[in-house]
Amino acid sequence: MELKTPLYEAHVKAGGKMVSFGGYLLPVQYGTGVIKEHMAVRTQAGLFDVSHMGEILCEGKDSLSNLQMILTNNFDNMKDGQARYNPMCNDKGGTVDDLIVYKKADGHYFIVVNASNKDKDYQWMLDHQFGEVTFTDISGQYAQLALQGPKAMEILKKLTGEENIPEKYYYAVFDAEVAGIPCIVSKTGYTGEDGVELYLNSSQAEKMWDILLEAGKEEGLIPCGLGARDTLRMEAAMPLYGHEMDDTVSPLEAGLGFAVKMNKGDFIGKAELTDNPAFSRKRIGLKVIGRGVIRERQEVFSGEAKIGMTTSGTHCPYLGYPIAMALVEDGSVTRGDKIEVEVRGRRIEAEVVALPFYKRSK
Amino acid sequence: MELREELLYSKSHEWVKEEGDEAIIGLTDYAQSELGDLVFVNLPEEGDEISMGESFADVESVKAVSDVYAPLSGTVCGVNEELLDAPEKINEAPYEAWFVRVKDITEKEELLSAGEYQAFVESGNE
Repeated sequence: MELKTPLYEAHVKAGGKMVSFGGYLLPVQYGTGVIKEHMAVRTQAGLFDVSHMGEILCEGKDSLSNLQMILTNNFDNMKDGQARYNPMCNDKGGTVDDLIVYKKADGHYFIVVNASNKDKDYQWMLDHQFGEVTFTDISGQYAQLALQGPKAMEILKKLTGEENIPEKYYYAVFDAEVAGIPCIVSKTGYTGEDGVELYLNSSQAEKMWDILLEAGKEEGLIPCGLGARDTLRMEAAMPLYGHEMDDTVSPLEAGLGFAVKMNKGDFIGKAELTDNPAFSRKRIGLKVIGRGVIRERQEVFSGEAKIGMTTSGTHCPYLGYPIAMALVEDGSVTRGDKIEVEVRGRRIEAEVVALPFYKRSK
Repeated sequence: MELREELLYSKSHEWVKEEGDEAIIGLTDYAQSELGDLVFVNLPEEGDEISMGESFADVESVKAVSDVYAPLSGTVCGVNEELLDAPEKINEAPYEAWFVRVKDITEKEELLSAGEYQAFVESGNE
């Protein structure tokens, strides 16, 4: 069955082209089109409905030790309101999902997971919990809106006071309000731009959506769909589950070593991540030199040797050329090398480049 | 959806303009709108043979690549190379942004009038 987010009607009314994604009907784009939506986020501001994301509470005396065991990052030095990105490993060192953990207070954590993995993640947590802890799936109660772009904070400040806006990236204000509507304001995002994500009660979602769009009119704020969300995250080289990683890809291969703390004590998958010949790949960035667009799951060649597969690829509206990411044999290529990708029976030349493709100037 | 009365349409969403013994082929407004912003086009070359029902070009949007099918068989005698550098023209003016001109037409599928094509699209392409 396909679920609707609380904003379904608002999307249809705004001309959203609805598609199924992670079990939800969401707009892939509005009448403006992916390129204009993408550019709005890079140069002004865009508003996304990401209510399909799942939310899980982790509470109890032993919540910290549970998170330390189930996830790869280290949580014992987190401040209240702080957020931390994490892969969750299976017992073979592959990736169950990537998720964000917020510390609300000691013994109270708020976890945000991918829509398509929500049930799998929740079950994984229940299967591996120990001691005094409860995991609760509260996804049904929450809507999530992402306000992203260089003008995002300016727009937000019209609707709320400084006390409701996190000072730093990857921090959140719980018990905040925006335009009088209670919400969590989190300085996070999936676009590579400045901005916030708001978590709020589903019943208030449409009201908040309308208020934000109205408040951002002058700044050029427009609603943006999944198409732009995908091209934006690709330009910023942010991984997407099911593309850059899955149950058979380790977070180290996917380039997420910064969120895997090998010296924090034991965690699920730790032993399997060390010196494991099964994990011999590495995520690389590709800039297309030839004509055409490289897409996901296309074979990558260095000379005649097949060295891996692409994981995502698109034409990048802001950079103005096509890019791709790939998982290739570690050590097979280095930055500046030219490789080829087989696309529909012909080879397209690309250059190995540094990630991210795009980084905003602060 | 914009339509032109003087054009004929295929069920795979190409338009055809017949000029004497030759025909010009492009993508319909409905097709460009479904595909979204186009960023690349691959076209055949002059002298290439195209075959009815087979792909003779492809268009890439930010989302995906799609084949463009030949509604008739013949020899390419003109290519709109302007599209190679400006694929957005297909989005902006689909009935001006022709792909190829074809001569020596040997077969042609049953094409729809503007009204028939509109009914076809509105009935969900079935």
